[in-house]
Amino acid sequence: MRELHSRLKQLFPLGELTEQRPDLTFVTVPQEHLRSVLLHLRDREGFTHLILLTAVDWIEEERFQLTYLLSDRLQQRTVGLRVMIQRDNATMQSIHDVWPTAATYQRELREMFGIAFPGSPRIDDEFILEGWNDIPPYRRDFDTLKYSEANYSDRPGRITHDPAEHMKQQLYPNGK
Amino acid sequence: MKDELKIRVVKGPDGVEFEVEPLRDYYCEAPPTVMPGAYISIVEDLFNWARSESIWILGFGTGCGAIEMRPLMTPRFDAYRFGVQWRPTPRQANLLMISGYLSTKTLKRAIRSYEQMQSPKYVVGLGSCTINGGMYWDSYNTIKRLDDYLPVDLYIAGCMPRPEALLAGFQDIKKMIRAGKCEGANRYAENFDWYKANQKRVIHDWDMPDYSW
Repeated sequence: MRELHSRLKQLFPLGELTEQRPDLTFVTVPQEHLRSVLLHLRDREGFTHLILLTAVDWIEEERFQLTYLLSDRLQQRTVGLRVMIQRDNATMQSIHDVWPTAATYQRELREMFGIAFPGSPRIDDEFILEGWNDIPPYRRDFDTLKYSEANYSDRPGRITHDPAEHMKQQLYPNGK
Repeated sequence: MKDELKIRVVKGPDGVEFEVEPLRDYYCEAPPTVMPGAYISIVEDLFNWARSESIWILGFGTGCGAIEMRPLMTPRFDAYRFGVQWRPTPRQANLLMISGYLSTKTLKRAIRSYEQMQSPKYVVGLGSCTINGGMYWDSYNTIKRLDDYLPVDLYIAGCMPRPEALLAGFQDIKKMIRAGKCEGANRYAENFDWYKANQKRVIHDWDMPDYSW
């Protein structure tokens, strides 16, 4: 994987490298070079399988991290490409023409994180949620508990105990 | 417009002529009505006895509880010996099992299925998710109280309840049906507006007719 990284580094400006396992490496790629790195990995290095495309919300840094996980089945190695994009008006170029399966991931990211992928097929269709009327639910500034309390009624009688206090009461009811 | 899409008059097999509009959605526009009991109680008791002995479940699994129902169909637990069986379509079923958490998206399908079932019909909520949200108490997409949206006759607690608990639940609902206490379908008809208002509050894209079978 070191070799691969040094070969890639001669061709593209790469960012931080993380070696998770001997067969799993993550590397940060600038947004504008992503497509050429993907095509290079797919056509020259044998990474023919897009395992997944997912996002992480780094709300403090006002960035979304997109992770493209690629697998080389023959040599049994996996590389993850991290792309950091702007959080507000998040937009990323679509890669559905490189891997058609990416279109599904992109629809999911569009709905759950609100990241736009212009040109991706059926990108504005509803994917999992129906009639969603709030900010995308996987964003970290979305308060799922507040939304749940506002929308779905509670059954009275459900209480939460502090485990330490509760067990103290149970075991030592006289306060000893 | 194609010929087959035009409004035309059709003669039925019984000789009655009626107008058919192919582009219109046909559905029952009448809201459900309360089904009165038989004229004397001994007949109603007989009906209830018969109903209690043929519980046919709609094979509609909404959550992890759907997995727990499968062992009941197999020889080990064998629910069929109690007159319980699973049916593939709502028309042939009289018991809707909400088996676990119910997302708002599935709730819409569950309501449609429930309304397509024929009275008398019963609803059983399975697992703590249907009772008070269970582990999905803070989820953005699952309902927390099933009885706000469908008339639940019986809850089986657990996360998930074991097949034995379900068998005990079947015995309980049999007793309830025999005692004439399972009036969920009538409750639904009586409080139809209340149920519909609750359902519409959580299902934001209400793209089905108000009465949709």
